[in-house]
Amino acid sequence: MEIGLGHYLIVAAMLFTTGIFGIFINRKNVIIILMSIELMLLAVNINLVAFSSFLNDLTGQVFAMFVLTVAAAEAAVGLAILVVYFRNRGSIGVEQINQMRG
Amino acid sequence: MSWTALAFYMFSSIAVLSAFMVIAARNPVHSVLYLILTFFNAAALFLLLGAEFLAMILVIVYVGAVAVLFLFVVMMLNINYVEMREGFLHYLPIGALIALIVLVELVFVLGAWTLAPEVVVASAAPPVTEMSNIAALGSVIFTQYVYAFQASGMILLVAMVGSIVLTLRQRDGVKKQNIADQVRRRAKDAIEIKKVNVGEGI
Repeated sequence: MEIGLGHYLIVAAMLFTTGIFGIFINRKNVIIILMSIELMLLAVNINLVAFSSFLNDLTGQVFAMFVLTVAAAEAAVGLAILVVYFRNRGSIGVEQINQMRG
Repeated sequence: MSWTALAFYMFSSIAVLSAFMVIAARNPVHSVLYLILTFFNAAALFLLLGAEFLAMILVIVYVGAVAVLFLFVVMMLNINYVEMREGFLHYLPIGALIALIVLVELVFVLGAWTLAPEVVVASAAPPVTEMSNIAALGSVIFTQYVYAFQASGMILLVAMVGSIVLTLRQRDGVKKQNIADQVRRRAKDAIEIKKVNVGEGI
């Protein structure tokens, strides 16, 4: 059986769903939530590269690279915010984050 | 079943399973390690798709930088991870419901979806056959998408400056060398000559 575009899209859909599921069941742990976001971005990247490969168009790979850049920047800033939050409050629970006003 | 199909099924199943372990593992360090495994298998999938440059970039950037950053933060913060898991079973039903809805929607989209024939013809950047993947990608990035490339460089710069600004703090009580103070120091500030009378002391 030949591996087609649909196979890759299904794998990406499963990874994306896993990311969403991870955000919901790890409500208290911001680190796992950030990792779930990375998983979702990885699924998007797989979609972009699969379309790029099967449609003979390099644009998808270029955009996958930009998505990768944004993902790296997001991880860096997110973890920096996490470190500052931990330094101020001594925990990384998400449920008290709405007290950070002002 | 051909070797390509076998490789695809192996890499994709390991990627999906380890992605599930990322969100299900008890210890966040194990989560990061499973995340690294997921990235490696996704890089192998990219290789199967013929995107060699992106596969290598995925290994270098994600495994080498992002995952190590995660590992750093997980090990640096002293967190009680047992109480982190408290709401796990509480959020499980609603999370499973929403994940199921998203999955069903994606399956519906994929099931009813066909490729328009004019899309295949109207390729914006068809790969040149005699070039390698990285050369073809470079020739597209530095001509057609040069502004987007510059913008992504700006994003990285802003992220770097932002994370440094966020985490840098001035602590008092730390002895630091201040070169300007040392250079500005003169002999008359450092030495004081006292006249001492004989037999009296200071």
